Amino acid sequence: MSTLNINGKPVEVKAEPDTPILWLLRGELQLTGTKFGCGMALCGACTVHLDGEPIRSCVTPISAAAGKNITTIEGVQGPQIEALRKAWVAIDVPQCGYCQSGQLMSACALLTKTPQPSDGQIDEAMSGNLCRCGTYPRIRAAIHQAAGGAQKTA
Amino acid sequence: MVSRRRILLGTLGVTGALVLGWSAMPPRQRLRTSQPLPTRAGQQGLNGWVKIGSDDSVTIMLAKSEMGQGVSTALAMLLAEELDADWSRVSTETAPVDRIYNNLATVVDGLPFHFDDQGGIKRFAGWMTAKTMREMGLMVTGGSSSIKDLWRPMREAGASARAMLVAAAAQAWGVPAAEIGVQAGVLRHAASGKQARFGEMAAQAATQSLPGNVMLKDPAKFTLIGKPTPRRDSAAKSDGSARFGLDMLPPGLVYASIVMCPTLGGSVASFDAKAAGALPGVQKVVAVPGLRGGTGGIAALADTPWHAMQAAKQVTVQWDHGPAAAVDSAALMQQLKTTLDQDSGFSYYRANDAAAAMAGAARFITADYSAPLLAHSTLEPQNCTVLFKDGTATVWAPTQVPDIARGAVAQVLGIAAEQVDMQVTLLGGGFGRRLEVDFIAQAAAVAKELPGKPVQSFWSREQDMTHDIYRPPCVARYKAGFDSKGQLVAWQAHSAGPSIVHQYLKRQWNLPGAGPDKTTVEGAFDNPYEWPAARISHDIVETPVPVGFWRSVGHSHQAFFKESFVDEAAQAARQDPLAFRESLLKQHPRHLRVLRRAAELAGWGSELAPAADGAKKMRGIALHQSFGSIVAQVAEVSVAAADKQIRVHRVVAVIDCGLAINPNIIRQQMESAIVFGLGAALYGEITLSKGQVQQSNFHQQAMLRLNECPVIETEIMPSAEPPEGVGEPGTPPIAPAVANALFALTGQRLRNLPLRLA
Repeated sequence: MSTLNINGKPVEVKAEPDTPILWLLRGELQLTGTKFGCGMALCGACTVHLDGEPIRSCVTPISAAAGKNITTIEGVQGPQIEALRKAWVAIDVPQCGYCQSGQLMSACALLTKTPQPSDGQIDEAMSGNLCRCGTYPRIRAAIHQAAGGAQKTA
Repeated sequence: MVSRRRILLGTLGVTGALVLGWSAMPPRQRLRTSQPLPTRAGQQGLNGWVKIGSDDSVTIMLAKSEMGQGVSTALAMLLAEELDADWSRVSTETAPVDRIYNNLATVVDGLPFHFDDQGGIKRFAGWMTAKTMREMGLMVTGGSSSIKDLWRPMREAGASARAMLVAAAAQAWGVPAAEIGVQAGVLRHAASGKQARFGEMAAQAATQSLPGNVMLKDPAKFTLIGKPTPRRDSAAKSDGSARFGLDMLPPGLVYASIVMCPTLGGSVASFDAKAAGALPGVQKVVAVPGLRGGTGGIAALADTPWHAMQAAKQVTVQWDHGPAAAVDSAALMQQLKTTLDQDSGFSYYRANDAAAAMAGAARFITADYSAPLLAHSTLEPQNCTVLFKDGTATVWAPTQVPDIARGAVAQVLGIAAEQVDMQVTLLGGGFGRRLEVDFIAQAAAVAKELPGKPVQSFWSREQDMTHDIYRPPCVARYKAGFDSKGQLVAWQAHSAGPSIVHQYLKRQWNLPGAGPDKTTVEGAFDNPYEWPAARISHDIVETPVPVGFWRSVGHSHQAFFKESFVDEAAQAARQDPLAFRESLLKQHPRHLRVLRRAAELAGWGSELAPAADGAKKMRGIALHQSFGSIVAQVAEVSVAAADKQIRVHRVVAVIDCGLAINPNIIRQQMESAIVFGLGAALYGEITLSKGQVQQSNFHQQAMLRLNECPVIETEIMPSAEPPEGVGEPGTPPIAPAVANALFALTGQRLRNLPLRLA
């Protein structure tokens, strides 16, 4: 048993310390918004925040989260994610939707650090997140739209 | 039933025509399910497609799988339009397996006829096939057919339900039905001022008899159809609440991690699970056979997905590698090329005497093309959850074929199909991979080993990429003859590759495949160009490598061969690629319009500004019809000086898909199809050594990423023709458009996929 801080709450977990955060979330905690895509940090579907930084939870053991805050798509809050979700729906970004939790977590971390990213900064922050449905043009447009929106409300 | 279906599909596969008696078949209808729809309290089913709640909710049955293509929005629009429902109260529910949901359109589209053919044999075969599939066919989401298939039935269902609500109101108010109007879920009688919401009339409406016939709306009066309507599923897909196959977590769930024989089609000879069994949480390790085209393997069952994965890795297995162990992809490609030299094959299209015209030509050009095996790589790896208990089963599956899946589970468990409750989940990508049921039959075999408990069988990315049912490899030899003035006089195309349909018939119904298969050569034989003389043929070459339907199927490679060689022929005729195509489309005004519009929007013929790094940009064009829709694309391409990286900056796409039901989703699908096709054009290649796939994850099989994605501009041609496919037609033209641009840019004609500059 160890205690982790997940989505702002302390959570008692049974999983062994070498268990990747992804499988703790999806298995024991049934937080299924975080997705499994590759298991090798190649697709970004499993992206969560560790103290606000985007990480690939499929290769990060829970031991690395000791004393830190894990935030998932279910628990992420703030003006950035609100603006992003609004833009995601307004522009109809998702298709199958499987990668979108990871896309949003990466985009949220980007906007938190860089409120008005350039196309180059979007490339850098988002090219680790694969989308097989090809929603990339709309992801780019939605980040720009959210950046405008986030700034206005800030 | 099973035997009739087997005979039918066998006949379909063999000749593409049908010979069967009809007298035993029930009357034609696609309105009422064989069993009443399941309802919640206060809900009334008015037919097999729609339920109205006393709370005014309108629940539309979704007979197609939602895999990102937007059916849960677009199909609901069809019914809601004719019902005059309040769109904000509309939701969808996954349909059960029933005959009325069988897909007619995709099978009729599979018949090997040219789209210009208006002959009696084609019409008769189409009618016979539709009639037969209605009674015995399959629930299939594929072939870009969902809208085309349900365009009439779902509007008729909406109009029928509307008529029943109106009849109920007329009865209640004692007024003529003709005087009652309906708008946004409210029934009104203007003269008396009476009005009622749908929910208030639902119970009485359900007691009305089914209308004998209904009037469909004049398209000029559509309020939903044709409008760029937002998707209904975007919010749930933006907050993590959308549930896919892997997210089905029934109480007491046991996880089964699967490891299959690295050789395709192999099986387990023996295994030792001592070390695995000692790991935490492990309940059992079992061997499962390769089913429905799959490969045998072991399953480690444990309390958490991670424990299951760790245990599966610790199982020591002796494999029986099977016949595919002799297969090398390089040798397979060589075998296909050798077949081309024999010039046999079935002719799918002939115009005049191509051989004589070629013999009489002043000169000719010829070239060989090839396309490799490809993986689907749905981002959600294959998985299926099965609870086998007391002779019945509940199955949660991301599948494109719920009734084949149901049959496969029933067969594995030794129970009747009616004892299987098939719950179709959201699909984390489909692309044709989930037309296969290998992973579903496997999950049933695993669950059979642990009756009474739900078991989720799931694959790692490595298992998924190395145990796909792949896009078949294909090679083609093209030849074009010209007269002394440079006019095209003869066109020959001959290709060779495995047959998907033969393999599919074998996998699902154990039928021997024989005869022609349209999917091998579609896009090559059925194209709009008006060849003075032509012969287009294909040789089917069998292989033990499992091949299946990959987004746009035969078009995915045939369009690349055909549209690249059209460019080569233009070059040989010393004509501009656009003008050359125009000259071959005099009798095809729709194709001409699409082609010219794409060229116009892209600024064809004008100078292009260089890329940001100063590299020169050039354009390439391609035109292709597939799944009933016509698409032209112009790609703007440059090559990085340092590493010869191919970069696609902008793609202009124009589609004529008949009446555009939801322009928003059509644009999405064009973007999606272009990105899918571009990734394959630049990187897609699965290779085999000794029957084992050499690429295991995204580091070895790259996918297109956001930083490589072009700007995509889509225009939809206005049309009042019946709606056609949109999920796939955007994929075929992108590879040749890029290859044609690369030729313009570098002078190198790239004839093999993926595109690699020398």
